[in-house]
Amino acid sequence: MAEEIAPHLHFQYADTGHQEETAIAGMWLFLATEVLFFGGLLLGWMVSRHWQQAGFDAGGRETVLWIGTTNLVVLITSSFVYSAGLGFIEADQPRRLVQCCAVTIGLGTIFLALKLYEWHIDLSEHLFPAGPFKLHGSEADGARLFWSFYFVATGLHALHLTVGLGVLCWVIREARKGAYSAAWHTPVEVVGLYWSFVDIVWIVLYPMIYLVGRGT
Amino acid sequence: MLGLPEASANAAQADLLIGGLVAVSAAALALVFGLMLYYVIRYRHDSPVDRGKIAERTFGFEMAWTTGTLLIFFGLFIWGAVIYVQLYRPPSDTLKVYIVAKQWMWKVEHAGGQREIDTLHVPVNKPIELVMTSQDVIHDFFVPAFRLKRDVLPGQYETLWFRPDEIGTYHLFCSQLCGAGHAAMIGSVVVMSDPAYASWLAQNGASGTLAQQGQELFIRYGCSGCHGGHGTVRAPSLIGLYGSPVPLSDGSTVVADDRYIRDSILQPEQQIVASYAPMMPSFKGVIGEDDLLRLVAYIESLGAEKQP
Amino acid sequence: MSQTATVNERAAPAHERPSYLFDGVTLKSWLLTTDHKRIAVLYMISITIFFFIGGSAAALIRYNLIVPEGMIPSAETYNRLFTMHGVIMVWFFLVPSIPVTIGNFVLPLMIGARDLAFPKINLLSWYLFILGGAVALYALFVGGADTGWTFYAPYSTNYAQGNVVLLVTGIFISGFSSIATGLNFIVSIHRLRAPGMTWYRMPIFLWSLYSTSVIYVLATPVLAITLLLVAFERVFHVGVFDPRIGGDPILFQHMFWFYSHPAVYIMILPGLGVVSEVIPVFARKELFGYKFIAWSSVAIAVIGFFVWGHHMFVSGQSLYASIVFSLLSYFVAVPSAIKVFNWLGTLHKGYIRFDAPMLYALGFIGLFVMGGLTGLFLAALAADVDLHDTYFVIAHFHYIMVGGMVSAYFAALHFWWPKMSGRMYPEMIARAAALLMFVGFNLTFFPQFILGYLGMPRRYHSYPPEFQVLNVLSSAGASILAAAYLMPLVYLVWSLLYGERAPANPWNAKGLEWETPSPPFTANFAITPVVTDGRYNYPKPETSEAHG
Repeated sequence: MAEEIAPHLHFQYADTGHQEETAIAGMWLFLATEVLFFGGLLLGWMVSRHWQQAGFDAGGRETVLWIGTTNLVVLITSSFVYSAGLGFIEADQPRRLVQCCAVTIGLGTIFLALKLYEWHIDLSEHLFPAGPFKLHGSEADGARLFWSFYFVATGLHALHLTVGLGVLCWVIREARKGAYSAAWHTPVEVVGLYWSFVDIVWIVLYPMIYLVGRGT
Repeated sequence: MLGLPEASANAAQADLLIGGLVAVSAAALALVFGLMLYYVIRYRHDSPVDRGKIAERTFGFEMAWTTGTLLIFFGLFIWGAVIYVQLYRPPSDTLKVYIVAKQWMWKVEHAGGQREIDTLHVPVNKPIELVMTSQDVIHDFFVPAFRLKRDVLPGQYETLWFRPDEIGTYHLFCSQLCGAGHAAMIGSVVVMSDPAYASWLAQNGASGTLAQQGQELFIRYGCSGCHGGHGTVRAPSLIGLYGSPVPLSDGSTVVADDRYIRDSILQPEQQIVASYAPMMPSFKGVIGEDDLLRLVAYIESLGAEKQP
Repeated sequence: MSQTATVNERAAPAHERPSYLFDGVTLKSWLLTTDHKRIAVLYMISITIFFFIGGSAAALIRYNLIVPEGMIPSAETYNRLFTMHGVIMVWFFLVPSIPVTIGNFVLPLMIGARDLAFPKINLLSWYLFILGGAVALYALFVGGADTGWTFYAPYSTNYAQGNVVLLVTGIFISGFSSIATGLNFIVSIHRLRAPGMTWYRMPIFLWSLYSTSVIYVLATPVLAITLLLVAFERVFHVGVFDPRIGGDPILFQHMFWFYSHPAVYIMILPGLGVVSEVIPVFARKELFGYKFIAWSSVAIAVIGFFVWGHHMFVSGQSLYASIVFSLLSYFVAVPSAIKVFNWLGTLHKGYIRFDAPMLYALGFIGLFVMGGLTGLFLAALAADVDLHDTYFVIAHFHYIMVGGMVSAYFAALHFWWPKMSGRMYPEMIARAAALLMFVGFNLTFFPQFILGYLGMPRRYHSYPPEFQVLNVLSSAGASILAAAYLMPLVYLVWSLLYGERAPANPWNAKGLEWETPSPPFTANFAITPVVTDGRYNYPKPETSEAHG
């Protein structure tokens, strides 16, 4: 009997509400680990910049501002769209959820495409920190360090975003099978938390990559 | 203790501290082992001893041993810190020796130009200051007899000072893993009486002191073109620079020590002197560590009093 | 104790259900299990294998050090051996150890739950552990690395020959396993406790597991990013730790130790929790100062995040930073002292038995106190200047990790063995092994304190002849220790086949896990238990039940 009412209920939980809250708690804790991961990188970045400020900022001025800014807008929009999707499933409209997810995936893909294009520009301008490098002289070392952090940070972010895209595809698949309803849609919430996190990481990276060097 | 010589003032202080730590540890161990042994015997399960009343309230005990532990630990911290701070405050009349570490040897350069490998000769009862850098990876200059060590870093100077007070020859070890030859990077520190040291210096004389060699390099690398004499509009004078405060373009002030001079040669754009344009070229990759320390020695020899 | 029925009650009564060991006998049922008890067993087999691999490296290290010039001809090989020893023992034995074996097994039982919050993530954590271990073992098999387990830059990034990138990749992967386990434990303790089980009614062991899990979750990501940067720097020949382009090798040390210091608390906190569980049972007396012991675990975890710089007193870090780190390092030692005093308070006026778990626990107290006291030496700034990077440090951490942690692991193993396997181990042989371990351990590591004071640096393939006698003593002790470790391997496996069948509660202990059969059936509890009283109320000695 119980299994028909709540097919998703796992045997160690008292009820679906209990299970749902637990899943969300788990995702928040996972995001805490991600904060430490990216946080460690950013702290190292800030410390390194402290010792080589002129070179770092010279490197920062070589970033492609229009792509970074476009990507910022794209990603924030995608979070907004996904939240709308969550609102739709809370109102028992799985079809709308699927549409919102599809738009989110589309925007995420645009982000990745622009990112790949940006990397292509960076590489063709000899901004990869190893080998022949675009900047010379006293600023070269600091600039190389900046670009090292740039590739590590944007690479890690793109990886997290790609994983997010895969998970979004899974949400669409499950939604189309009718797995979600107003009564139960925990995975949609949990995925939303993750996607918002990917967005927030970019919001933090954006000024560090594109604005700091141009501020002086 | 245990046969290891106490060959410097710091060694004696460190041994006292370590001895104190041993005493505290022995007391703590006696207490813990003693009580444990006593309890497991007296209160073993088939012992007929009357257990009486068990203490219901434990807070008093907790406060007591927590406070006691904290106080003892705080005392040990202070003791250790006080000695440690001295290691960062060399006296003003130190005899400076430059150390360049590389895989897997210690290159030692005395101010008078004498050079040695894996051995450091010093006079007894004089404060010695080592200015150390590495040409490759992190090493560590460790002399157990002085109870001293400091990591030797690539890309910057680290200083270590000591005052040997016992004549003898002591182990020098590298104590930071640096590759296959790490265990072989061993040398000795030879502490000599003044006359013995003076004669060693004379016998191992080189062509000029470090400062004199540095002067030649100063000209050869073109430094004198801008920094010669009393300086020019392009570059500040170096006479009297060493040890003086230097106002920088961002409003802060630094003291011109070895580290500042070395960094100014390799990364001049990091700290620009106030009212000067950032036009000094970098000599990174051009001047090696051996030549760098000669230039530093030369600039130091230009005096510590600012001339008007 | 009142009972509450839940929606998930199964049809068959408890005594007719198969134990978790036989609930499915195919390999697939084991490799795709989500039962926390089976996952614990899978982990136990895995870390035992890693322990003996790391132990073989240790045996070779001690063999090399019998003669001053080194028995092994190549210093490079020796350096790779101690790197292998450190990496395997730290990441593939000590960091997982008690939590993934004992913790996975007993945590749900102790809180009255049927499994952890995320059983599939639990299985995933084992697979990640195996994957990381396989990559690391492969790296070692094809020659390893010679950087030491600490991978200091710029040696590891720019100079070391060997398979550094492959090795750090294996460690990186295993980090996800830690994070998954920690996450599961934290969420389970918060969310799945049985009705009536308040935080202060939880078994004390769970406070330790909780604190350990917080460190797993918050510290491991920093290791991940640090190792990633090392790999990046090594592969592309450019990076943030390279002084040749203005990078900072000390930044590496800060990032590395920010994880690796809390990591040592990951390694010891579960052991401290086990001892707090075992002592009351075998002293037949309530744990003295439960709340203080509980919060001391939390304090160790929290303060432990702020002391990493005590590994860097001679690194070139600022004087003021060193002073702060030294002070905080003394603070972090206080909660451990509190635990020791409380354990002694528990023994006082108890009815003490000397079963093997208790022998290991008592041995733990002695060896842990010695290790902890020598930590005070290293926290004292001026003493550390002398003792850093010498054998004194090696002795210090082996007293805590091996003397302490491995003893606690054996205490836990013997204590919960009847529950996990349904068999009793042979008691007298177990006691003999415990005593042999204590003797062999002290003989191996005590001489190293003296060696360190006399100046023998660590990671030395060869050494000046005056250090030989102490080295030989240490190596002799190591052979005794090796024998002592082999004994449990033999008799525990023997007991699986021939040991006496265990009752549900062989130690007459308190706690929900002892109210299940030995071994438990898969779902742990037929009906969700309701807890109405605190855990440790052994009958007061005045009453007739006193002698249990």
